[in-house]
Amino acid sequence: MRLQGKAWKFGDNISTDHIAPGRLFHLRSNLPELAKHVLEDADPEFASKVQPGDFVVAGNNFGLGSSREHAPTIIKMAGVSAVLAKSFARIFFRNAINVGLPVLICDTDKISAGDELEVDLSSGKIYNKTQDIVLQAPPLPDVMIRLLADGGLAAHVAKHGDLKID
Amino acid sequence: MGLTLAEKILSQRVGREVRAGEIIVCEVDVALTQDGTGPLAVQQLRKIGMEKAARPESTILFIDHAAPSPRKELSNDHILLREFAQKTGCRLSDVGEGVCHQLVAEDYAAPGKVIIGADSHTCTAGALAAFATGMGSTDVAMGIALGKTWFRVPETFLIEVTGKMPPGVCAKDLILHLIGMLGADGATYKALEFAGETIAAMPMHERLTLANMAVEAGAKVGLIASDEVTREYLESQGRGAEYRPLSADPDADYERVIAVDVSQLEPMLAAPHTVDNVHPVKELAGTKVDQVFIGSCTNGRLEDLAVAASILKGKRVASGVRCIVVPASRRIFLEAIRLGYIETLVAAGAVVLAPGCGPCVGVHEGVLGDGEVSLNTSNRNFQGRLGNPKGFIYLGSPAAAAASALTGVITDPREVMDNAIAR
Ligand code: SF4
Repeated sequence: MRLQGKAWKFGDNISTDHIAPGRLFHLRSNLPELAKHVLEDADPEFASKVQPGDFVVAGNNFGLGSSREHAPTIIKMAGVSAVLAKSFARIFFRNAINVGLPVLICDTDKISAGDELEVDLSSGKIYNKTQDIVLQAPPLPDVMIRLLADGGLAAHVAKHGDLKID
Repeated sequence: MGLTLAEKILSQRVGREVRAGEIIVCEVDVALTQDGTGPLAVQQLRKIGMEKAARPESTILFIDHAAPSPRKELSNDHILLREFAQKTGCRLSDVGEGVCHQLVAEDYAAPGKVIIGADSHTCTAGALAAFATGMGSTDVAMGIALGKTWFRVPETFLIEVTGKMPPGVCAKDLILHLIGMLGADGATYKALEFAGETIAAMPMHERLTLANMAVEAGAKVGLIASDEVTREYLESQGRGAEYRPLSADPDADYERVIAVDVSQLEPMLAAPHTVDNVHPVKELAGTKVDQVFIGSCTNGRLEDLAVAASILKGKRVASGVRCIVVPASRRIFLEAIRLGYIETLVAAGAVVLAPGCGPCVGVHEGVLGDGEVSLNTSNRNFQGRLGNPKGFIYLGSPAAAAASALTGVITDPREVMDNAIAR
């Protein structure tokens, strides 16, 4: 699958409180409304300006903090096609796969805000068109590829009636 | 090579020897959600037509984050959780019972159990040698329905702690010091195993503080071998029969061994806005505080309230400071009333709120104004955590929090404690 869009740049340690703040706790059962505030505490303009297909590009430890799955869910709902970071917090990474939001690890210093990117999910190749360089993300673990292929964890369980990862 | 504690618990649970790096499917003994993550878990199960629990008697839906509810949307989420519990036979822990991780320690955790929770601090129960880890709503929902989940068996960092804690220094200072050393992502995907003479001598309430904050270094679990302290704690909760000894093999294969000597450790604080921004309290002393919060799954236990009460006894909270105290569970609240801590704290000017998360997550109680500073005994100081991205949060021990409430500025607790209190 090929993804195309523009890079939105964020720093290190973007927490789930930046992505889906606690003060908006009451919107957790109203995800379309919560999505209008996605990443608001890291970049107040992001939610209103992001275009379908764009990428969130960040530094180390993206998504640290709470287990709230609402965080990757509203990033996906905002139209973001994938998150690229130097590293991810553990729970966020697992949640992203479960909700079908692609996450790729790469050297994001080689991507600037506004760069046009093309990502090939199956090979993990990230082409930075603006700077004419290619970055390579390591492949996802097999179990995650299987879950993504089924459309996320809930869809996987619905399909097999069980956890079928081996 | 022998097994780490994480490998040992998981090996016993799956019935064959498993090693770091393996992907396993494992039975789940206890599953939990809270009111911020439970509604989405319920919706996921409804969506795929699997509204059921494999082990309803050890599946708990906690209502603790926004409890009592401050708004109708959240009240409606609470209704959804109560209905699901009614329908499936799952346990419901309603408004006022307390914070999920404290109640899991009191009522459910035991050596060798596998516990998953839709809350990142589920790792708290690792203090009782349970493999306990946080996940998202969908992972836990499927764990509830199927009674199992998948894990990658983690590599382990052994944290070998020696020395006697100096007066005025406690487990909170130790874990802050460690997170400062490791960094907020220094242990991502790893198990932290706390061991050594200091840990062996440490009471359960402090062990829970250590395990609770393992996730702040990115870890999947924070584990402590079970021993006499564990047995006595389980007995005190009426669950002595659930005790069994469980520890790593002496020749276990650790990815890293980190030695810490606590005999020179000082009271520490995490400064805004990351938990690894750690400094000795004395370097930050004099910073004005507008609020102090003593509570949470990290430090809202009886002994924490006792320390705060001993510092504030017969004194007054500084004018202009809001001192908010939240017992972590109903049982703790009742004990603190019986022992007079609550009276002492209220007389000193503190505000006591219902057992639960209280201000910790910025949903309701204790939201900061623009530019305001709070010193919390909780575990996270991220921007916006107290409901306002323009607020500033420091994290410290109950002693540091009470000392700062007394003076109105960040204060090294050793300055206001007499030696009897400092232990
Ligand atoms: S007390 Fe704070 S950290 Fe603990 S479960 Fe509640 S919100 Fe989370």
